[in-house]
Amino acid sequence: MKKEHVFEVVRSLVAILLAMLLGFIVTYLVSKQPGEAFQSFLTGPFTSPRRFGNLIEAAIPLTFTGLAVSMAFQAAQFNIGAEGQFFFGATAATIVGITVPAPGWLHPILALAVGGVAGAFVGWIPGVLKARWGASELVSSLMLNYVFFRVGMYLINYHYRDTTAGAMVSLPLKETSWLTQFLPPTRIHYGIFVAILAVIFTYLFLYRSRWGYALRMTGLNLPFANYSGINTTSVITYSQVISGVVAGIGGAVEMLGIYHRFQWLALPGYGFDGIIVAILARNNPLGIPLAALFLAYLRTGADIMARTTDVSAEMITVIQAVMILLVTAQAFLAGWKHRIVVKEAKQSV
Amino acid sequence: MDVLLEMKGIEKVYPNGVVANQGVDFSVAPGEIHALVGENGAGKTTLMKILFGLEQPEGGTITYKGKPLHIASPHVAIANGIGMVHQHFMLVPSLSIAENVVLGLEPKRGLSFDWKTAVSQTEELAARYNLPVNPTARVQDIPVGMRQKVKILKALMRGAELLVLDEPTAVLTPQETTELFAALKKLKSQGHTIIFISHKLREVKEISDRVTVMRAGRLIGVTDTATATERDISRMMVGRDVVLHVDKPPTTPGDAVLRVEGVRYVADTGKEVVKGVSFEVRAGEVLGIAGVEGNGQRELVEILTGLRKPSAGRVIAAGKNVTGKDCRAVRQAGVGHIPEDRMTHGVAGLGTIEENLIADRYDSKALNPRFLLSLKSVSELGKKLVKEFDIRTQSPKTPVKMLSGGNIQKVVVAREFSANPKLIVANQPTRGVDVGATEFIHKKLLENCAEGAGVLLISADLNEVMSLSHRLAVMYGGEIVAVFPNADEVTEEELGLYMLGVKRMKLAAGSEAS
Repeated sequence: MKKEHVFEVVRSLVAILLAMLLGFIVTYLVSKQPGEAFQSFLTGPFTSPRRFGNLIEAAIPLTFTGLAVSMAFQAAQFNIGAEGQFFFGATAATIVGITVPAPGWLHPILALAVGGVAGAFVGWIPGVLKARWGASELVSSLMLNYVFFRVGMYLINYHYRDTTAGAMVSLPLKETSWLTQFLPPTRIHYGIFVAILAVIFTYLFLYRSRWGYALRMTGLNLPFANYSGINTTSVITYSQVISGVVAGIGGAVEMLGIYHRFQWLALPGYGFDGIIVAILARNNPLGIPLAALFLAYLRTGADIMARTTDVSAEMITVIQAVMILLVTAQAFLAGWKHRIVVKEAKQSV
Repeated sequence: MDVLLEMKGIEKVYPNGVVANQGVDFSVAPGEIHALVGENGAGKTTLMKILFGLEQPEGGTITYKGKPLHIASPHVAIANGIGMVHQHFMLVPSLSIAENVVLGLEPKRGLSFDWKTAVSQTEELAARYNLPVNPTARVQDIPVGMRQKVKILKALMRGAELLVLDEPTAVLTPQETTELFAALKKLKSQGHTIIFISHKLREVKEISDRVTVMRAGRLIGVTDTATATERDISRMMVGRDVVLHVDKPPTTPGDAVLRVEGVRYVADTGKEVVKGVSFEVRAGEVLGIAGVEGNGQRELVEILTGLRKPSAGRVIAAGKNVTGKDCRAVRQAGVGHIPEDRMTHGVAGLGTIEENLIADRYDSKALNPRFLLSLKSVSELGKKLVKEFDIRTQSPKTPVKMLSGGNIQKVVVAREFSANPKLIVANQPTRGVDVGATEFIHKKLLENCAEGAGVLLISADLNEVMSLSHRLAVMYGGEIVAVFPNADEVTEEELGLYMLGVKRMKLAAGSEAS
């Protein structure tokens, strides 16, 4: 049955290729310089160290939110609250970064931990609503994104705002809390190692721990998990709490590594992008960093294209949409898959 | 001989890689009752689904009334006079019989549904084919045997000349079966052709003119029913001689491992579906509960195993009061459960065999020597159980979904039996399971019983409950209506009378079946 895995990979590649092709057609229709536009889109991220750095920097938060979403998806919980968890984690880490005096090695750890706890709290609410009262986590987690966006904005604007700055930004984070950017001229920071740890943790948790096993079985077949003696109520809750921890730490990492001051005025969108990453990686934690890099590549390329040519960065959403559509469409290339299955089955008879 | 339908070289491979039909040739003469027999998984239902347009074959041709026919969907089949009565009830329970029969062909008066015409059409049809039903009764209120008739009427309403019946007797009592057969013979005398899928050979002998036997997706042979014995047919089905009788060891029952006291259950609809059931199962015995499905057995089993909470009464399993406790507590008390619907409760289809085998012990010390799950221990356990329970697979890491029904059931049985339960609750343990696996599961069940486990066996298959049980009880309308201390002294016909509610024993309250 190895061929089925090959099929899945090929199918994803075909989907990506078709999406790119469509993107090119759209570009061709709207642009006066379609060739240049697409060239800068495809090769732009590799034309300077700084640009390549942008790609890696963008992949770090996507890895965290991708992991968070895939964890919830593996438990068959359609929790799309990673956005709010990420945002609130960043808010909490900002507050720790501004207010807590701590030595350089401890400060980031503390800020990350508090960010994780904040994310966990945001994740816990839809989890417990679902487990106790059967409230759809899709609705509650989606709405909570906006609730925690407002809560975060309130905290920053009313308590930690830098009134001397010309814009709506927080006070600067103490330098002790920063995650060092160690590869100038890029802004690649120590958060990349935190991301790698998160991937390893998520993988071990899901595939090597008893709790991850219970989580996956609950996701595969809830009545079966119940019948087997798995406490599915608690599984549903903790799957979303841990998913919140990962997203929250992601938000904290982004704040401590890149921004050093809270300056978002809207939801940054990493949580929603995490859904795309999770879908591309088929919820496999080991595939998440690759999917995150790929999405970051598209985004970075689109940015460069927008800056250097007459095509706007939004063109990338067309490509993304077509890609997700084709990857998730079960029937896409199903006939071909069926022929493979038939051939294999006949050989093995 | 005339040929009404000819299917030639039919090939079908399912998306999961299961080869269901391999070059199957099948033909039916007009006006005959043709039995299609074979073990579960032999490909009978697939072949008929292709005929009815529910599945598309990878190869082969269909000739109907002398012309080639491409059956792209059930609409094409129905338009050509082919009707199918499915194994599972494809009726709308909340609608009346008449509404079900005319569904999709509703007589109209202006824009509204013409209820009177629907009733009269149904009555007329019922009279013509001698399938008496009450057109105004709701489907949810009528017994299973009646529903079977409604489904046949529904197919006839659509002008079916060739009727396919997929295991129509699986859920019927002997009496209902007799009645159904009379109706089928009448249909035949009126010129209809019937394909009758079954694996009950006695019924095949009784009703059919010719038999086609399938095994493992292939055609094995066609024979006139009159010239073949049951033994001949069963040998063709299985490929070897089958022991149709199980030798159950005599028993000296020990202490009660299950005490059920006055258990009641009121469904969400307000209907009381379990009405004060009491009985005991002792160590080392098999207590069989016979009954037509839907008489409260499912709810009772779910209450005993922790999937459902009773409205009243007590359940004592292996000395522990587990009334209203969850599955985990019931399992810890020492109860194993073979659930009725294995794909819903028994396994996670997308999970591997290994993963399914450890579901009840994934958090045990043995599998978690340190902080993480020991993949080595898991894989050793998987290998051991696959071997011990003869699960036919390339690897214990194969997803369960890829296995045949019988092997999936062996996965369930392996998990439940290897936990050394003191009480085994087996609900329809061999439904949809091939003869080989059935023999194996029966053997294991009796082995566990001989080693001191108590077994509660619930089955709609009379043959199964009668041959395995030491004691027998019959459930009807949510109550235990009969208890036979010695299962060997009961006849099928007598059981059938209790199952239909025609007869009931006077049982002292609280001491039923104990």
